[in-house]
Amino acid sequence: MTLFMWILQALFIPVVSPLCIGVIKKVKAHLQNRQGASIFQPYRDLWKLFHKDEVISKDASWIFLFAPFIVFAVTVIIGLCIPLFSSFGQSSFFGDMLVIIYTLALATFFLALAGIDVGSAFGGFGSSREMTLSALAEGGFIFSLLTLSLIAGTTNVFGIASHASFLSGQYLIPVLLAFVGFFIVLLAETARFPFDNPATHLELTMIHEAMILEYSGKRLALMEWASSNKLVIFFALGANLFFPVGLASDMHIGALFLGMLLLLCKLLGFSLVIALIESSMAKFRFFRLPDLLLASFIFNAVAIGLIH
Amino acid sequence: MIESIVSQSGFFFLITLFVMGAFGSLFFHRNDTCANVWSSFFAISGSFFGVLFSSLTLLGGQELFFTFGKTPFFILAFSLHIDMLSSFFIFVISLIGLFCSIYGFGYVKHFYGKYSIGALGFLYNILLGSLLLVVTSSNALFFLIAWELMSISSYFLVVYDRNDPKNVKAGSLYLIMTYVGTAFIILAFLLAYKYTASFDFAVLKASAHLIPSSVKDLIFIFAMIGFGTKAGIIPFHIWLPAAHPAAPSHVSAIMSGVMIKTGIYMIIRLFLDVLQPIPLWWGEAVLIIGAVSSLLGVLYAMTEHDIKRLLAYHSIENIGIILLGIGSAMTFYTLGMPTLALLGLIAGLFHTLNHALFKSLLFLGAGSVIDQMHTKNMEEYGGLIKYMPVTAFTFLVGSMAISALPPLNGFFSEWLTYQALFQGINQLSFSLQWIFILATASLAFTGGLALTCFVKAFSAIFLARPRSVEVMHTKESSIPMQISMAVLASLTFIVGFFSSFLTHMFEKIGQSFTIFQTTSSFVSVSSDQHLQSASGFSFVSAPGLFLLFGIVLLCVFLGTRLLRYRKQKIACGNTWDCGTTLSPRMEITATGFARSIVLIFKNVLKPSIQQDVEYHDAESRYIPKSRAVTMRVENMYDIYFYRPLQKMIDGISLKSKVIQGGNVNVYISYIFLALIVALFIVL
Amino acid sequence: MLNLFLKIFRTKNVVLSLQKEDFAHLDMNEVGEKIAENVKQLFGGSLAIRQVDGGSDNACEQELVALSNSIYDVERFGIHFVASPRHADMLLVTGPVTRNMAKAVKSAYDATPDPKIVVALGDDALDGGIFKDSYAIVGGVDAVIPVNYHIPGNPPTPKVILCSLLSLLETEKHRSIKS
Repeated sequence: MTLFMWILQALFIPVVSPLCIGVIKKVKAHLQNRQGASIFQPYRDLWKLFHKDEVISKDASWIFLFAPFIVFAVTVIIGLCIPLFSSFGQSSFFGDMLVIIYTLALATFFLALAGIDVGSAFGGFGSSREMTLSALAEGGFIFSLLTLSLIAGTTNVFGIASHASFLSGQYLIPVLLAFVGFFIVLLAETARFPFDNPATHLELTMIHEAMILEYSGKRLALMEWASSNKLVIFFALGANLFFPVGLASDMHIGALFLGMLLLLCKLLGFSLVIALIESSMAKFRFFRLPDLLLASFIFNAVAIGLIH
Repeated sequence: MIESIVSQSGFFFLITLFVMGAFGSLFFHRNDTCANVWSSFFAISGSFFGVLFSSLTLLGGQELFFTFGKTPFFILAFSLHIDMLSSFFIFVISLIGLFCSIYGFGYVKHFYGKYSIGALGFLYNILLGSLLLVVTSSNALFFLIAWELMSISSYFLVVYDRNDPKNVKAGSLYLIMTYVGTAFIILAFLLAYKYTASFDFAVLKASAHLIPSSVKDLIFIFAMIGFGTKAGIIPFHIWLPAAHPAAPSHVSAIMSGVMIKTGIYMIIRLFLDVLQPIPLWWGEAVLIIGAVSSLLGVLYAMTEHDIKRLLAYHSIENIGIILLGIGSAMTFYTLGMPTLALLGLIAGLFHTLNHALFKSLLFLGAGSVIDQMHTKNMEEYGGLIKYMPVTAFTFLVGSMAISALPPLNGFFSEWLTYQALFQGINQLSFSLQWIFILATASLAFTGGLALTCFVKAFSAIFLARPRSVEVMHTKESSIPMQISMAVLASLTFIVGFFSSFLTHMFEKIGQSFTIFQTTSSFVSVSSDQHLQSASGFSFVSAPGLFLLFGIVLLCVFLGTRLLRYRKQKIACGNTWDCGTTLSPRMEITATGFARSIVLIFKNVLKPSIQQDVEYHDAESRYIPKSRAVTMRVENMYDIYFYRPLQKMIDGISLKSKVIQGGNVNVYISYIFLALIVALFIVL
Repeated sequence: MLNLFLKIFRTKNVVLSLQKEDFAHLDMNEVGEKIAENVKQLFGGSLAIRQVDGGSDNACEQELVALSNSIYDVERFGIHFVASPRHADMLLVTGPVTRNMAKAVKSAYDATPDPKIVVALGDDALDGGIFKDSYAIVGGVDAVIPVNYHIPGNPPTPKVILCSLLSLLETEKHRSIKS
């Protein structure tokens, strides 16, 4: 039965993430008074990309060739390590929050290297900006998860998820502050507004997109899929760590099904919020972003101070 | 057999190997190849024997205590005490010495005919031998003799390439800073002698309670300045970025990987072993020093485009991280939490081992690159991954290790340091909690910034298109150099994989300390080989991580191969650059990469950008011929620490110049005055 | 911000719905190689267009920009514009190819992975249009890269462009077009 759980959890995020991206785009389209693509359009895009040939620059090295596999594998690994619809720790030996944070850093590392590898003008500065934001966001990320760990008494994310209710009593304010800090880090790491515009065509304003401009065919599909996986990972972390309701606590099929359904609802909620944010504000100037990340860090530090 | 190795004679044999290597290579100095072979052979065999000796000592849990020879001075005795901590440091020194010697065998060939290889072999072996004596001596004066030997031999190695005036200047700075540090160390030992009447560490430990607390605080300050200068804490680190680039690469690796750890060794020895019990503010001070060193070290590393200076600043950063572990150990012990203190010590020791491994790997890689390119400026590299693939791969592994990416070794030692700091936040009261929160913040930001810095370093050196013509003429380094780098890279994986076993070993090393005799660590190794916190706060499994990463990567790779459409082709084309002509000037430079971070931290780094333009026609100034953009960074410690200090010393010197009037009569009256004052005091 | 959302919800949705008649009078020409059936099937669900300006007078670009607005809304058919030719399936070239842009158009073509479709948009792209025989141009787009389709018009209206693209890919055969 455990193998079944492993496979289910490994496949869940890659299968569901294009749907989340589709929902975000659809909601944004309706807010722009258009009809927009169907919510299953990202699946068609990925399917088409897997069937196309590739053109690879002669300046590329093995890092460019292997980075998409590594980045995609990291998102699958993290999908296995976080509580999606169950809170019993079937991966009890790698649900540690530091493992998750640094494994995400591994993906960012290879993505940044791949951007510079081909020697294009855009990839280099895309990598520079991405690494700058990632370095500053890491503090906020560690601290927001640390707040939850201190309240729940464990750094294992499954343990945090099975800790019953955060939103009651004395822990309400610290958890809410930590959630605000975490949400800012979510926007930064998944390259959404106000940090980055995922739909821009202006290379000078790109951060994440600039690094994948040289990819084509199946490698591009893996990179785009990996970035939507990363979005859903952050949504799942936010949903299940800060609002851990409805997670299955045993292997009962009904409980698992309910857990999956509730997770899909939470993902839908997050997608709606992101779409609303993206339709109502503009992207910030690059040098205003560190202020935002520092604010996230301070929220989290204050939350920790408020725990005791 | 083991008994004969782990004994007094075993240690003497070890030292003898290095001594023979030293004097023999001096003997053969007329023949370069012969000197190189002789000194490398003895350095390699000495290091190998050292690894054997220390591993057997550690595994057997033994302690050696002996004195050899008689000296006419009763305060000086050649006494050696090899306990578990010393054995660990002998292990680190020998392991790194082994690989640097193998590397050096191939590397030194490009000094043939230019300088004396005999002298290089002599100094190198003396350095390794004196390092071993520093970590095992048990008498303060004997320690100082070994310390001096180490400093002098490393000075001559720093100025070995004496044709470059920058190296000579770096050597002078190094010598001055080392002697300033040694002066403070001597002061600390003298103060201790005054109250305990002995220079022997064992006697000092037994009578530490005889020292009054204000004097003990003074000893702490002097020892911190002295050993901190060697270790490279901010603001006493100014010699590091100058001296490490100047030395030959295998010596830089030894200096950065091992020599600065002797400062850490003495900090642990003095503050956690000899001078216990200690007041609370000592631990807090070390924590703050660690936090500041790590943050400022990595920020200054981001501004560098000389590759060896960048690596030197990263050494400062990692020393800061080690001090975070040790500072938390000191704080926890004083607060009466020995299990957590043991955890902090384990974290510090583990990071010492890991840093020695990956820093020497990075320095050796940098050395190979500089050897081929004949310049240290990163802005002239580019695209070397196609010409030096093995060096590039090992440098990549080193970069991943130093950025604490799982599943390599750096991640596990930072994990342990984080656990110590998290427990500090968790269990301490508000007033102490904030220091630990700031320390965790500095560790978190340091990790992220170190990752950025190594993306910059690796990509500027190895990726994209070549930025200068010399790149096309480079070739892969020689076989001994490749072997040493490859083995070090695989060691990072192996140490990561066996991190639970190593944590258990470090726990045993910590338990050999008097203060930790009966404690078990907060983080222990559970039955299925994962590291586990006592209260179930956190656990991680090294073999599990390796397995998970490996399996998923394999599945993704195979899955994609199966999923793809059969007739797909991969065409080879040019990089897309909007239809313009590709040139190396389009790629991002190392300075450009770091520009965002430097501007974000401009209050700390105080950057200034200067643009020089040369026009075709100086009068009309329309069409530029060439543009240069120079980004300079002010050194904060220079402005706020060294310049005021310098001004103060200058001011005092100027004012006291009046004493030297040149008039002999005035001098005689000084003697008379002094005589009267002395008589007054005595009578 | 509340005003913004109120305005959004109050504005009526005016997206154009396509009828069969719109497809009847198209004047699109097959200029070069025919597109294979499996390629049409592949791109029928999702098409990424990279617009390349060979030196045009921007009339066609303005009409293309209108394609993404809330009236024509090309995204609902799975067609979207991309920034890099490596991500593109179709190169939509506008304007005559001037001498200065010839190399750039060629490198954009080389950078696009197979299978790809090249569509020349507007009369200028066919043979130079109003700039025909000028000293500044190389010729139409097919003087530089092989063209598959040509959409005539100076410039063609967005509705014509949209219907041409859909009938080129025979999208209505491969998926139901919801209007």
